[in-house]
Amino acid sequence: MTFLRRRKVPYSSKPGTPDPSFEKEDDKKNQYKSSQRPSYSSKNWSCWDNCCWLIGVLCSVWCFLLFLYNATPDSIPQYVSMAITGPLPDPPGVKLRKEGLTANHPVVLVPGIVTGGLELWEGRQCAEGLLGKRLWGGSFGEFYKRPLCWLEHISLDNETGLDPPGIRVRPVSGLVAADYFARGYFVWAVIIANLAHIGYEEKSLHMVAYDWRLSFQNTEVRDQSLSRIKSNIELLVATHGGKKVVVVPHSMGVQYFLHFMKWVEAPAPMGGGGGSDWCAKHIKAVVNVGAPFLGSPKSIALHFSIEVRDIANLRAQAPGFLDKDVFGLQTFKHLMRMFRTWDATFSMVPKGGETIWGGLDWSPEMDSFNVSEKKGKNNSTHNTVQNTKSNVCNTKGVNYGRLLSFGKEWAETHSSKFERADFKNVAKGDKVANSSNCDIWLEYHEMGSKAIKAVADHKVYTTGSILDLLHYVAPKLMARGASHFSYGIADNLDYPKYGHYKYWSNPLETKLPNAPDMEIYSLYGVGLSTERGYIYKVATPSDCHIPFQIDTSVNGDSEDSCLKGGVFSSDGDETVPVISAGFMCAKGWRGKTRFNPSGIRTYIREYNHSPPANLLEGRGTQSGSHVDLLGNFALIEDVLRVAAGASGEDLGGDRVYTDIFKWSERINLQL
Amino acid sequence: MVSFLRLRKPKYVEPAVKYCSVGFESFDDQSPPSTAPRLGNLWLETNKNKNQTKRRQAKEHSGRCLDSCCWLTGYLCTVWWLFLFLYHCLPFTVVHEVPELMPGARLKREGLTALHPVVLVPGIVTGGLELWEGKPCADGLFRKRLWGGGFTRNPKRPLCWLEHLSLHNETGLDPPGIRVRPVPGLFGTDYSAPGYFVWDVLIKNLAKIGYEGKNLHLAAYDWRLSFQNTEIRDHSLSRLKSKIELMYRGNGYKKVVVVPHSMGVTYFLHFLKWVEMPPPMGGGGGPGWCAKHIKAIVNISPAFLGVPKAVSNILSAEGKDDAYIGAMASGVLDSGILGLQALEHITRVSRTWDSLVSLVPKGGEAIWGNMDWSPEEEHVCDLSKKRYSRFSLSNNNVNNSDLKIGFRVKDPVNYGRIISFGKAASVLHSSQLPTVDPKEFLRTTASEFDEMSRESIRKIAADKAYTAKTFFDLLHFVAPKMMKRAEAHFSHGIADNLDDPKYNHYKYWSNPLETKLPDAPDMEIYCSYGVGIPTERSYVYKLSPSSSCKGIPYRIDSSVDGEDDSCLKGGVYFTDGDENVPVLSAGFMCAKGWRGSTQFNPSGIATYVREYRNKPPSSLVERGGIKNGAHLDIMGNIALIEDILRIAAGATGEEIGGDEIHSDILRMSERVSLR
Repeated sequence: MTFLRRRKVPYSSKPGTPDPSFEKEDDKKNQYKSSQRPSYSSKNWSCWDNCCWLIGVLCSVWCFLLFLYNATPDSIPQYVSMAITGPLPDPPGVKLRKEGLTANHPVVLVPGIVTGGLELWEGRQCAEGLLGKRLWGGSFGEFYKRPLCWLEHISLDNETGLDPPGIRVRPVSGLVAADYFARGYFVWAVIIANLAHIGYEEKSLHMVAYDWRLSFQNTEVRDQSLSRIKSNIELLVATHGGKKVVVVPHSMGVQYFLHFMKWVEAPAPMGGGGGSDWCAKHIKAVVNVGAPFLGSPKSIALHFSIEVRDIANLRAQAPGFLDKDVFGLQTFKHLMRMFRTWDATFSMVPKGGETIWGGLDWSPEMDSFNVSEKKGKNNSTHNTVQNTKSNVCNTKGVNYGRLLSFGKEWAETHSSKFERADFKNVAKGDKVANSSNCDIWLEYHEMGSKAIKAVADHKVYTTGSILDLLHYVAPKLMARGASHFSYGIADNLDYPKYGHYKYWSNPLETKLPNAPDMEIYSLYGVGLSTERGYIYKVATPSDCHIPFQIDTSVNGDSEDSCLKGGVFSSDGDETVPVISAGFMCAKGWRGKTRFNPSGIRTYIREYNHSPPANLLEGRGTQSGSHVDLLGNFALIEDVLRVAAGASGEDLGGDRVYTDIFKWSERINLQL
Repeated sequence: MVSFLRLRKPKYVEPAVKYCSVGFESFDDQSPPSTAPRLGNLWLETNKNKNQTKRRQAKEHSGRCLDSCCWLTGYLCTVWWLFLFLYHCLPFTVVHEVPELMPGARLKREGLTALHPVVLVPGIVTGGLELWEGKPCADGLFRKRLWGGGFTRNPKRPLCWLEHLSLHNETGLDPPGIRVRPVPGLFGTDYSAPGYFVWDVLIKNLAKIGYEGKNLHLAAYDWRLSFQNTEIRDHSLSRLKSKIELMYRGNGYKKVVVVPHSMGVTYFLHFLKWVEMPPPMGGGGGPGWCAKHIKAIVNISPAFLGVPKAVSNILSAEGKDDAYIGAMASGVLDSGILGLQALEHITRVSRTWDSLVSLVPKGGEAIWGNMDWSPEEEHVCDLSKKRYSRFSLSNNNVNNSDLKIGFRVKDPVNYGRIISFGKAASVLHSSQLPTVDPKEFLRTTASEFDEMSRESIRKIAADKAYTAKTFFDLLHFVAPKMMKRAEAHFSHGIADNLDDPKYNHYKYWSNPLETKLPDAPDMEIYCSYGVGIPTERSYVYKLSPSSSCKGIPYRIDSSVDGEDDSCLKGGVYFTDGDENVPVLSAGFMCAKGWRGSTQFNPSGIATYVREYRNKPPSSLVERGGIKNGAHLDIMGNIALIEDILRIAAGATGEEIGGDEIHSDILRMSERVSLR
């Protein structure tokens, strides 16, 4: 407060006004000091006034600055960044336009999980008046003010996986659905802007709108989303003089579109009834971006203990923070409950079992495991591998195939050296005390301590046995997921059972459509450490808690070890490991295989991650991470070229940084 | 909050620094004997100065004033925040409209649920437009709204904005280097204020009885273009067709209910013809497409036969508080940069919009009246609401002639003279007026206002009156390029023989008097519009003051007024309507032109006239009013919403009560002699 009062000094004693009376007063001032001050402040300028004054100054200055900010031309930040980094390269759209590329094939964008917007159409009492507001994406509407209300509306019914009664939340349609996830956080906006540079506009661009919380077939049952895609693609082809569409799915959208391609050719009640040449007639190329064709190990941790690397680290650093009742809200628990009602999360469970992801003692990424035991001659190869992947860790001694281990020792010891107890036959029962007041959504409290111990005694789980584990610990949840998704490998694709929609999104259990002219691209980022396996521990038992946690205290032996904080990482784009994104295009569909009977050409385009040079670049133009990849200039250029009519050969065929072909070789899959 | 915190810091530092420097200066000047610690000195200094402050208040008046200002601002801000806080603390229902009034919730309790898919077709100026490619001055506005959503950030650069809104002067399509496209979607996005405020209430009520994205669609089209051009440039008609087919299939083969508004009405008429025509000009749906896919068309505030306002808009960009002028003016006038020229700029831009021509009155003198006759001639103009409402209440009884005689105006109004120059020309009998000679309009240079000779402008005006037939010459004279362009897309006549093959051309499709309705006997057509608001019907013009001869040559003579209860106010003759569309234009087709099996309606589609009498909002809380009949506000009229909801839920016209008429429309239609 004294400052505030002194603020007046500059006004009153302006230098250069020597006044005789001014100086005469000097002597008296000391006497007045004590008496004048309080009277002055109480009479004219109370504390309340000072507050007002302060706020007034702040407001005025703020308004003034705001005015200045608005008055300056928009290009100022650009000049600043230009001055620092030198002229920015042309965005690919502008560059290609100079080369003479123009809009050719209509483009269909398929957003992935979480990035699409959702809006409210019918709500409970607490959401009165928020109709049409965004529940997800954008600024999250007005809902941030009412978090519990929001959770209630964004969750689905726990048993049907559809709307809870009295609530209708629907996907936003149009390009606005997923151009920005939140204000300033682009998803598709950069690609859209660049497409617009070469002449695309609303009529030749279509953003698929689907509710990414639902299982794929349910989007059709509830919203007719698949029919809408079909009708829109047909319209685009018809209004563009028969030019086929280029489809650009991202993340889970990749699987969604796989599902669509099967659905559209399947006969009517279950499928879209488009006939067996629909894809050949309407689709030029499918440009998959960040494709989790075979799922992502991240989803295992999410389903098993509802945590991933970041959450686990947070828990380790601030124990109790996540579990504490903040204002009685129990934030984390509510979020977990919400997450569990979304069927679509099952689509990300790793597919293909041990054949793809590796067994107890081998995995496709394992360059050094078997080799290093043989010593000597292989050291050189090992080094080169390290050099090429400087960003990623040392894979020495890592058993990626062991997706989940209880304790570091079990993760490393050779399988012949330990016994594993069977858990499936251990009866559940003897409930943990005081569990009756827990919510029903978690099935852990029904297990009992014996079962928990049995699970931990099994020590190591591979991709194959992890499904058994999930079925054991959460039977209801998995039963719901299993009716919509399948994670196996087909022995014989001609079995009639593969006509069922639950197999359609699994590339290992479906044939690609009969469309020899089509092209399939897999575009993904590499050079970032991606979760690939976990080390778990049994948590101290307490009420209503998940009994298993990632053991964040476990670290690898060396600095660059792949094991950090209880998580094994491998190469990938931070979410999807290379093996999941690349295998189908590198081997599973390459040439004529049983999964690709018509010999659709496939191409792999990898984009090595390099972080943004400075803060002004934002999320970078050469990023390889899962979502930021959509702003990668090299990727955008490829997409634009394909849309403008180039074929895979014109782009330069495969562009590979990793050992994906070597890894794919190791996978022993009958083709 | 972050910005606040950041700002706080310098504010704390700044005075301190200033003070320190001043403090040290005075410290040096006075050079006190003791080596007291500086801080102590500073403190003394302060107090000294304070004493002086008190004594010399007069001298430092400016300083005090600034402080007071700051104090006042702070005080206001604080109070404002307090109220804002209180406002947010209030339960939702207190501050917002009471949901009980809205028919959606009530009808849901009655058991109504979504049945037929609904397609909404917006009218002129109510759809959002966004930028896809622009000139350098519009950098950074990619996919930002140019229209709708509060014109975000545009008023800063009004000329740039106007440049992007205008179309090419000759083709009526995009100017080179600029692409502005309609915004699709039911709701505006989160990012800007919703652009479809017009539809908001209706959509919310539809949602209440179970509508959602899959069975509710808003047809977005660029309302600046001529109708056929929306197909050529954006495939808007094809999209609409595909959407309707998809909704028909996806909702258990239920036909759609179409709800067009204002100009959307004629746009949808155009669509009805287009969709059944063979390609390349049409959509190739084949005859029977409409019968198969459409259950009912509920036209809201339909401008079937055009609006006289469009004439004054084209002539002089005037017209009482017109929607688009008002909207543009708010964007342009406020900026103050353009100053007086704003109207000229607006005229220039709006003359590139073909769609404006679609609103010019259709049907010529047969519908709108000639020099000495008009269908509304018995209309009683009393602008005072009380007597008017008494009149219209009693009007249900057709034989109630006594009452009417009491209100009859002394001068019969010649509504047929849509444009007259000078009051005399609007009142005198036609035999006393000079006739319009088409040769006068021949001019050597075909261009806009700028090159018109003053003389020819005067000659055209001289004491003449123009009817719905002859004012085309006037428009051709004033806006030759626009009319030439638009003639290729719109026609305003009446067909003698609808089987003439020339009527297959698309320029006739949006004129109900030159097309047949589709062969769909089960379809229903509703004309739902507000009545009871004085609506512009004809104008008294004068020459502009010579100073602005470069600009618009004619102005509405707003000094001309009739007697107290006359229809003439401020140079404009008013009639009954919804503020924009006169009853005649909105109701005639449903009341007579299509009633029964006529040549315009060969299959005998059932038509219903639903009028909603305007009742201004009774209190301020009712935003816009729930019984409002005005052109745009009628979208919030609960009676109308209830009707739409019932139709969408499966009711037929008979079930919702058939015709409901408050105005003179039946008698007016009688007077129009049309085969």
